[in-house]
Amino acid sequence: MATFKDFRNDVKPNWCPGCGDFSVQAAMQRAAANVGLQPENLAVISGIGCSGRISGYINAYGFHGIHGRSLPIAQGVKMANRDLTVIASGGDGDGYAIGMGHTIHAIRRNINVTYVVMDNQIYGLTKGQTSPRSAVGFKTKSTPMGSIEQSISPMEMALTVGATFVAQSFSTDLKDLTALIEAGINHNGFALINVFSPCVTYNKVNTYDWFKENLTKLSDIEGYDASNREMAMQTLMKHNGLVTGLIYQNTERQSYQDLITGFSEAPLSEADLNLDQAHFDKLVAEFM
Amino acid sequence: MINQLSWKVGGQQGEGIESTGEIFAIALNRLGYYLYGYRHFSSRIKGGHTNNKIRVSTTEVRSISDDLDILVAFDQETIDVNYKELPSTGVILADSKFTPKKPEDTEASMFAVPFTEIATGLGTSLMKNMVAIGATSAVLDLDIHVFEEVVREIFGKKGDQVVAKNMDAIKAGFDYMKEKLEVGLQTMQLEKADGKKRMFMIGNDAIALGALAAGCRFMAAYPITPASDIMEYLIKKLPALGGTVIQTEDEIAACTMTIGASYGGVRAITASSGPGLSLKMEAIGLAGITETPLVIVDTQRGGPSTGLPTKQEQSDLMAMIYGTHGEIPKIVIAPSTVQEAFYDTAEAFNLAEEYQCPVIVLSDLQLSLGKQTVEPLDFSKVEIRRGKLVTEELPEIENKGYFKRYEVTEDGVSPRTIPGMKNGIHHVTGVEHAETGKPSESATNRIAQMDKRFRKVENIRFDTPVYKNAPHEDADILIVGFNSTRGVIEEAMGRLKNDGLKVNHAQIRLIHPFPTDEVLPLVRSAKKVIVVENNATGQLANIMKMNVGYAEKITKYVKYDGNPFLPHEVHTKCKELF
Repeated sequence: MATFKDFRNDVKPNWCPGCGDFSVQAAMQRAAANVGLQPENLAVISGIGCSGRISGYINAYGFHGIHGRSLPIAQGVKMANRDLTVIASGGDGDGYAIGMGHTIHAIRRNINVTYVVMDNQIYGLTKGQTSPRSAVGFKTKSTPMGSIEQSISPMEMALTVGATFVAQSFSTDLKDLTALIEAGINHNGFALINVFSPCVTYNKVNTYDWFKENLTKLSDIEGYDASNREMAMQTLMKHNGLVTGLIYQNTERQSYQDLITGFSEAPLSEADLNLDQAHFDKLVAEFM
Repeated sequence: MINQLSWKVGGQQGEGIESTGEIFAIALNRLGYYLYGYRHFSSRIKGGHTNNKIRVSTTEVRSISDDLDILVAFDQETIDVNYKELPSTGVILADSKFTPKKPEDTEASMFAVPFTEIATGLGTSLMKNMVAIGATSAVLDLDIHVFEEVVREIFGKKGDQVVAKNMDAIKAGFDYMKEKLEVGLQTMQLEKADGKKRMFMIGNDAIALGALAAGCRFMAAYPITPASDIMEYLIKKLPALGGTVIQTEDEIAACTMTIGASYGGVRAITASSGPGLSLKMEAIGLAGITETPLVIVDTQRGGPSTGLPTKQEQSDLMAMIYGTHGEIPKIVIAPSTVQEAFYDTAEAFNLAEEYQCPVIVLSDLQLSLGKQTVEPLDFSKVEIRRGKLVTEELPEIENKGYFKRYEVTEDGVSPRTIPGMKNGIHHVTGVEHAETGKPSESATNRIAQMDKRFRKVENIRFDTPVYKNAPHEDADILIVGFNSTRGVIEEAMGRLKNDGLKVNHAQIRLIHPFPTDEVLPLVRSAKKVIVVENNATGQLANIMKMNVGYAEKITKYVKYDGNPFLPHEVHTKCKELF
């Protein structure tokens, strides 16, 4: 059995000291070990930005793609090999700005991929510009007078486009976060996990202390039922999205791959590429 | 008796013009005739003039003809737009419903035939197309029983009665016209064909079939004219092989998902046209630097932007060779016949895996959509070669070191492991990286990796990079083209030969890396070189000048009005050079 240490490699992350992403990386490694994976059976596909580097810091097959496109790449990998565990990851700019189209469609497509978004409400790698998660009035280099655009509510958005697994966490809650990633991996369908992962360098508003003060754990809400979509939506709206835990899970809907007509039970990557002559002749005859 | 003829049916889009042409063509194809079709259509579902021109011959044809023998018209616009193609022997069969007017400046004959009226009398005006087929058959002196099988295949699902009614409509059209013919008009009796069964297909069918033959099991694509047929064919056929197609949210997802699938170890494809390719460019660069095999089809249409979305053009050449920022190795192949579209697509998968880079299968609208008779495909010629894909068990790597996926090798190609392989773990990134895939900004590494990547494509092994018909050592003229212009050049060549000129022909099939060694001797030995291409700037001519020199000899002959070249145009242009 592999332990979380087996998912460590020799690369030193280039994140700033104190960055929330360190804990996300640790949680991912622990979750991978806890669900019984071997490093070669995990593929981590990431986007561009500080958080996008995560695929290079985990001892697993890692693919660091282009800005905003971790999800289509991850879905392609999963389609090629349904036996792999595929985690997509990136920041809030990657997933909710340039890659938002893919996020929405990956959610409604429901391919069995776990998507971990490191949400710091700012563009860090480009040194401090506004993100779609920045609050109205948030001052950055690109919004010197304060942001005048509405902030996106990813969890509510996910619920409206048919998500089957929606969760949110805070990078310091290593245990809870690990458990949520495990649950996401085990979920038969697309899992979106938004993680508040503070940027200690460029975001002086949404700090660790700010989150500690403002977040509510769903486990502290009496009678919260994660299978109730309406309750999930109301709770999110009531708390302005600032809740942590499993927000919603639908275990009834089948994953995309379960619904494809004729889809191979074995990984496509292992398929016999040779078409037999009779099959070819049949295809040709249809054109005669 | 004639051995070939051209037939065109035209009307408003949505009136069944396409299916009329289809039924006529399939039946003739089954009799053993060679057909070559050209569809004129607009980017809308209903309305707008559309026509389907079909050339029928007892020998292989790969081009539309200069003129037209029979024009079937369902509206006046069809006559007005097309009558100039008719010589004095030509015939217009027009629906009497719109009271057709014959233009004054034509010597062709016109018959007003009650297509709609006869069809309505038999039950529904929808069958007017069948009446027209019957009338055409009378002119050609065809036995209308040849249509029975096709009509049954198309309408069989709707029941025997519908089949019978449609056959009645064909017969009624035939009888009506036969009577007319007895009072004067000559029939155009077609020579009998050899009766051999051959495929009748579009280039896109061949591309999709080539992908299946090559072991492709996954496609991610976004709908676009003129590429969608490839996706539509594969979604029908892949389930039987365990695979599937995903219609993605956009072109970027289509390309990146294909890259993900290919990285994951399955043979995957994406297909689009110019606008889609523009959107895929960043991802193509990703495949280039990460050395991920990637097969992309570009069915060119009129650009730029939305351009002429349903018209012929060959203007993506430069974009396909150079497109993406930065520099990557890339292979661009351009089949010039439907058969080549099959073989080349299949081969594209081998090239992508052998050279671990993007391979673009370049097509054009006329090749992709022009339905034609195709000689048998030899499936045994399709090979599956996976290059340096690791298949054996790998030794354990000490101290959690990574597998050298980007090992600097003599031929530039590194061993490739795919996710799931034990001891094959490595990193993949669009950031410049060292041998294990880990990011590196070191200058020496940068040079080593760039050089390694470009070394891969220094000696591409590609069977017949140039199709040559070059009988002359001292040709007066060398005609060069790529993609669908092959047929039209061949016809022009025959006519130039009759004019007493020594003509050589080269159709470039490997566009990039450019097969200079193959082309140079042909250019050197010809007095003049003319490059025939459907774009405004002479992109292939410029590529030739760059690679083989002889700029003073090379003339471009361009056409960018949305229509394919006609044989007489190429013939005339070449003659003008002398």
